[in-house]
Amino acid sequence: MANTMQFDLVSPERALASQEATAVQIPGITGDLTAMPNHAPFLTTLRPGVLEVHNGSASEAFVVTGGFAEISETSVSVLAEQAVPKADASAEMLAQLTADAEALLEAAGDENRAAAAQRVNDLKVLAAQL
Amino acid sequence: MPSLKDLKIRIDSIKSTRKITKAMQMVAAAKLRKAQDAAEAARPYADRMDAVLGNLASAAANSPTAPTLLRGTGSDNVHLLVVATAERGLCGGFNSSIVKLARTHIAKLLGEGKTVKVITVGKKGREQLRRDYSAHLIDHVDMSGVKKLGYADAQAIARDILGRFDAGEFDVATLFFSRFESVISQKPTALQVIPAVFEGEGDAAGTNYEYEPEEEAILADLLPRSIATQIFTGLLENAASEQGARMSAMDNATRNAGEMIDKLTIEFNRTRQAVITNELIEIISGAEAL
Repeated sequence: MANTMQFDLVSPERALASQEATAVQIPGITGDLTAMPNHAPFLTTLRPGVLEVHNGSASEAFVVTGGFAEISETSVSVLAEQAVPKADASAEMLAQLTADAEALLEAAGDENRAAAAQRVNDLKVLAAQL
Repeated sequence: MPSLKDLKIRIDSIKSTRKITKAMQMVAAAKLRKAQDAAEAARPYADRMDAVLGNLASAAANSPTAPTLLRGTGSDNVHLLVVATAERGLCGGFNSSIVKLARTHIAKLLGEGKTVKVITVGKKGREQLRRDYSAHLIDHVDMSGVKKLGYADAQAIARDILGRFDAGEFDVATLFFSRFESVISQKPTALQVIPAVFEGEGDAAGTNYEYEPEEEAILADLLPRSIATQIFTGLLENAASEQGARMSAMDNATRNAGEMIDKLTIEFNRTRQAVITNELIEIISGAEAL
């Protein structure tokens, strides 16, 4: 049984990571989940949060702000709208995103309101974590 | 017959033109490489997005609750054309060929009695379309301040378009840009973005994914992103095409300038020789007359 899988993290502008991984912790829209090799095929959207990639004892963390993850038995692909290594994530960037999200919340119609409010909240939680 | 001095001035001026076009060609070549790299880097995301959406869309296409972005509004009376061109000229037929394609489209749609609205991205397309279709231009996106095209720029355009769609301002949106094939070939392309069309149905039958949240919620979340991605890809292709077109246009210009300099130099030499011969004849006949 394979105990590693292929992990890809791509953003619209470039591919950030492509490596072997033993486990990937993903901030899914309905809650965090950890994908390991031989996970059942699964597709989830992301909320703003921290994505952690483990390979044995080594691990890397990225801050992602939404997008989706595609998990299959042998690979995990994360398509993030915006992704930066956790070390490079700055408070200003998050503040900017939060401001944008709040502006969207203001403008949101009734059916989008809950989702927009959720996003603002997620961003605030994420900012507090860093 | 131009005088020696006139010829000299012309040759010098063409020489400096050649220097400029040569420099522009080299700058375009460097920028082209960058633009190509950017387009290359964006490809995995766009491909994956397309594949996943293709799967989701083919499953949801017939459902009555599918998002309107996928199904369409049910009519196709109002068309929105997003015409993406460059901010600068001097790149051969690049801008004109995109505008020409958009023009034929507009004419066809108007002929069918549809309403046409146009959003231009990039100054050059706007200048050309304003002549005939100024009444149809509803907005313009200025890209002159954008040094390096980022996803955020595409997102802003997508957000604007989606806002208009939600407000019911149009039924069908089409993006016009130039697909980069090679340095000498750029193909103007019309791509329908709303309602979304997916070519790749992918391996829909192969994998049965579990979805979280359910499929239609994902679809509703991803479609707007996919539109931003398509616009982003289009703009990147456009940027690469622009530089490619400029590079070959400037290459031609440099070569033409070279040819012209050769021709003028020959003329210059002949004229100079004629002047010398004339002077000699004058001296000799003057001496003989004594």
